Amino acid sequence: MYELVRGPLAWAAFIIFIAGSLYRIIYMLAGCKKEKIVFPHMSLKHSLASLVHWVIPFNNQYMKQRPAFTIVTFAFHICLVVTPIFLLAHIILWDESWNISWWSMSDTIADYMTIIVIAGCIFFLYRRLTDPVVKNVTDASDYLLLAITALPFITGFIAYHQWFDYKTMLIIHILAGEIMLIAIPFTRLSHMLFFVFTRAYFGSEQGHVKHSKDW
Amino acid sequence: MKPTIAKREPVVDDAMDQTEAKLRPEQIQKVINEVIDKETGGRLWTYVNTCIHCGLCAEACQWYLSNDRDVSYAPVTKIKDTIWVMLKNKGAVDAAFIKRCAEIAYTECNLCRRCGMYCPFGIDIAYMLLVVRRICAKLDMVPLYLQDTVHSHAATMNQMWVKPDEWIDTLQWQEEEGQGYVPSARLPLEKEGAEIMYSVIGPEPKFLAQLLGNITAIMKVAGLDWTMPATAGWDNSNMAMYSGDFEVMARVERLHHETAQRLKVKKIVMGECGHAFRGAEYDGPTWMGWMKPPIPIVHAISFYYDLIKSGRIKIAKKAEGPITVQDPCNVIRNGGLGDKLRYIMNAVCAEFVDVTPNKRHNYCCNEGGGVINC
Ligand code: SF4
Ligand code: SF4
Repeated sequence: MYELVRGPLAWAAFIIFIAGSLYRIIYMLAGCKKEKIVFPHMSLKHSLASLVHWVIPFNNQYMKQRPAFTIVTFAFHICLVVTPIFLLAHIILWDESWNISWWSMSDTIADYMTIIVIAGCIFFLYRRLTDPVVKNVTDASDYLLLAITALPFITGFIAYHQWFDYKTMLIIHILAGEIMLIAIPFTRLSHMLFFVFTRAYFGSEQGHVKHSKDW
Repeated sequence: MKPTIAKREPVVDDAMDQTEAKLRPEQIQKVINEVIDKETGGRLWTYVNTCIHCGLCAEACQWYLSNDRDVSYAPVTKIKDTIWVMLKNKGAVDAAFIKRCAEIAYTECNLCRRCGMYCPFGIDIAYMLLVVRRICAKLDMVPLYLQDTVHSHAATMNQMWVKPDEWIDTLQWQEEEGQGYVPSARLPLEKEGAEIMYSVIGPEPKFLAQLLGNITAIMKVAGLDWTMPATAGWDNSNMAMYSGDFEVMARVERLHHETAQRLKVKKIVMGECGHAFRGAEYDGPTWMGWMKPPIPIVHAISFYYDLIKSGRIKIAKKAEGPITVQDPCNVIRNGGLGDKLRYIMNAVCAEFVDVTPNKRHNYCCNEGGGVINC
C-alpha cells in the first residue's frame, strides 16, 4: 500500500496537478481572448502595482481596516505553501526518487507552522458557521474544500508525532496530500492559480484604463 | 445553496409586473444562455471559479452597511442569488426569479465597483451585476422609469424627450442669459473646426437650462474656441448603458462621438455627470470594440481644474460656510479625479470640509444605476 501511494499515485497526483493547472489557465486565457477587450486593457505596470499592494500584508486600505483577519489569512496561506515545500521529510523523498534536494526547515518550525495551518482552518470554519454573510453563501463544497485543505496537515501532524499507527497514518497523509493536489486545479482552490490573473486584470482596469487605483 | 431570505416592502412596477406575467421559461433560458455564451467569456468564468465565498466584499457595499448589515445586500449575496443560479441551472429559471434578479441588479446595486476594490482577488461584482442587467433588459424586465428614459434615447437620441427645435431654442435663449453676465459671450452652434465640442446631459436643456447660460459666460471669460451641435448627438448621457440595452447604448455613444468628428473638434468637454463620463469613456467604446474614444473626452472636473490652475478663470468670491462634497464613483474611484476635485473645492469654497471615507474609497450616492435620475 505504501509503495502504491508513494509511487504511482504520487506520480498521478503531480501529473494531474500540473497538467490540470495548465489546462485551466489556458482555458481561462482562451476565454479572455474571446472577450476582445481583456488583453488590450492589461498593463504590466498596473498588474504589478496591484499585486504588490495585495500580496504584501497591510499594504492596502482594507487590510488595515481588518488587522486580525489579515494576520490570520497571511499566516495561514504562507504556512500552507511553505511547509510542504521545505519540510525535511518531503525533501528526503525527492532526494530518494530524483536525487534533488534543497534547503529544509527544522522540524520544530514545521510543527508550529502546521499548527498555524490547522488553526487557520478552524478559524475559517468558525467564520463559515457564524458570520451571517459567509454562512449565507456557504454550501457543502465550501466545507469539503476546507476539509481537503486541513486533512494533509492534520494527518501529517499526527504522523510526525506518531500518535497512532505510524505506517497507516503516513499512508492516509500521503493520500490526503495527493487529493489536495488533484483538487487545486478543478475546484475553487484554483484561486491559488487564478489569483494572480484576477488581480492583474482588476489592477489594470483600475489603473491603466480608469486612471485610478485598486488598493 | 438555499436562496437568501430578503425582507422587502412589495413594490408595484407596471412594466416589470406585466413582463413577469408573460415571460415564458424557454424564452428566459434562451436569452440567459445566449448572453452567457456569446457576450461573456473568461472574466465571468474566472470570477465564478475563483470566488472563495469569504464575504469580505460585504464591508464595501453601502447597501449592506446602511441596512444594518442585512446579509441580503452583501455583494456576494447578490451574485449568489442571480448569476450563480443561472449558471447552475443552465438558464432554467422562472419569471419570478428574473423579476427578483432585476430588483437586485437595478435597485439594490449601483454598479459603483467599490466591492471589487475590497475583494482580495479583485473580483468585479459590478461587472457581473451588469451582465444580470443585460439579461433582464433582453427579457424586458426593466423598471418602468428607467425603461422610459431608454425609450427616449432610442427615439430622440437624448434622455429627456427634448425635441430638435426645443434644443436649439433653449441654446439661443441661454446664449442671451450668458450675455447677461458677459455681454460679448456667444454660444457658437455648429462651428466646424472649433477646439472644443461641449456636450451635456438631457436634464440640462430640460430643467437646468441656466447651466448652459453659465458655461456660455465661462467659455468667454476663459477665451476658449468652442461649439455645441445643433443636431442630435449633443446628449452625452446614456441610460441604456445602465438598463443593459447595449444596442441603444452603442447608438447613443456612436452618435455622440460622430457628432464631434463631424464638427472636427480636438476634444469633447462634458458637464459633471459621472455616468455619462463612464458611458462615453469606457462602457460605450468597450462595447463597440474601441480601445479608447476616437476624440479625447475631458470631464468637467479636469476642465475646471485646468481653467482655475492656469488662471484662465479667477474665483472672484468663494462660497461661504462649511461645504462638503460627495465623490462620484464614476469619475473618482473609476476615473481617478479625486485630487483635482479637491483642488476645485478649495478654490471655490471658503471652508471645504472633506468626508471620510473619501476619494476612491467613497460611498456611492445611491443614485448611480439609473433608477433614480437627476
Ligand atoms: S457595485 Fe457597489 S452597490 Fe453594487 S454590490 Fe458592489 S459595493 Fe454594492
Ligand atoms: S470578497 Fe471576493 S472572493 Fe470573497 S466572497 Fe466577495 S467576491 Fe467572493
